[in-house]
Amino acid sequence: MDLTLLTDLNELRSARRAAILVTGLQDGRQRLVRAEDDLSSDPLADELRKRFRSGKSGTVETDSGDVFLTVSVPAPRLVIIGAVHISQALVPMAEIAGLDVTVIDPRTAFATEERFPGGMLRGDWPEDVFKEAPLDAYTAVAAVTHDPKIDDFPLMEALGTGCFYVGALGSRKTHGKRLERFEAAGLDPALFKRIDAPIGLDIGAASPQEIAVAVLGSIIHALRKGPEAAA
Amino acid sequence: MPATDTSPLADVLRTAEAWRGSGRAVALATVIETWGSAPRAVGSHLVIDSDGNFEGSVSGGCVEGAVVSEALDVIETGKPATLEFGVADETAWQVGLSCGGRIRVYVEPVI
Repeated sequence: MDLTLLTDLNELRSARRAAILVTGLQDGRQRLVRAEDDLSSDPLADELRKRFRSGKSGTVETDSGDVFLTVSVPAPRLVIIGAVHISQALVPMAEIAGLDVTVIDPRTAFATEERFPGGMLRGDWPEDVFKEAPLDAYTAVAAVTHDPKIDDFPLMEALGTGCFYVGALGSRKTHGKRLERFEAAGLDPALFKRIDAPIGLDIGAASPQEIAVAVLGSIIHALRKGPEAAA
Repeated sequence: MPATDTSPLADVLRTAEAWRGSGRAVALATVIETWGSAPRAVGSHLVIDSDGNFEGSVSGGCVEGAVVSEALDVIETGKPATLEFGVADETAWQVGLSCGGRIRVYVEPVI
């Protein structure tokens, strides 16, 4: 492998950008494909698209011999908006399930290190946190503050950036009003069905801990069986 | 969508870049195929330098030694090689996979 190719790949990984290193196993020739590249003329287009979704590396047979695809996609992340009781239960569960978790809440009464130990908490507005750590397709967003001033922006941002899961706490009535605000803000109503609301799997969850289970179940469902998940 | 545990790229690739960047002669080994109960996923890496130092893994530790010695040849010749390990082949008696699986490993120089 050429060192410049390796350096490029590592830079993409640091920036949470997906890339695939294509290696010809017969001739050793290599090239790097970025997720945002135009694949329409690429002989491996279908395979590459599939693997950007699945994140799985593997060997592919082609007319010119076997090719190995080293697939690098960012680790799945969960951004929870709201340092509330549900979040206190959801953080450890999601971490056990392998998600990289961040909790964002600008309200200092909620966002305390005592309630959220471990350094995943950001006591700022989502607008400010996203400037440093933008949302992407490998991120799930769960908004659970009940406060439109805090929840609306990250939800719209999550839809706009193609987050693989977008969940919003609130009754059907609350959610209906939310969608009216989103439409007034100019968001495409076709995106609305991507919001998981009322949030979480329909398992009759009652306590904050049970709601956390329902939300995590929905996130894993989106990760593994969603439209963008691997076949 | 991937989960963290299936992400094949640990920081072995950053180690490879750092080692090569500091002037060391380096080879990179990648698991390209597995059969049966192989211990590491396809895409797992091992980086090796010309002194035999290595980071990462391509198995549970059973075949790293053999991969490292092949990697020294790859560094020497500058030519990639594909290796196969499994219980069925002869070398397996010396460096076989205890789990009963088989793996194919691609070893390439970093130039």
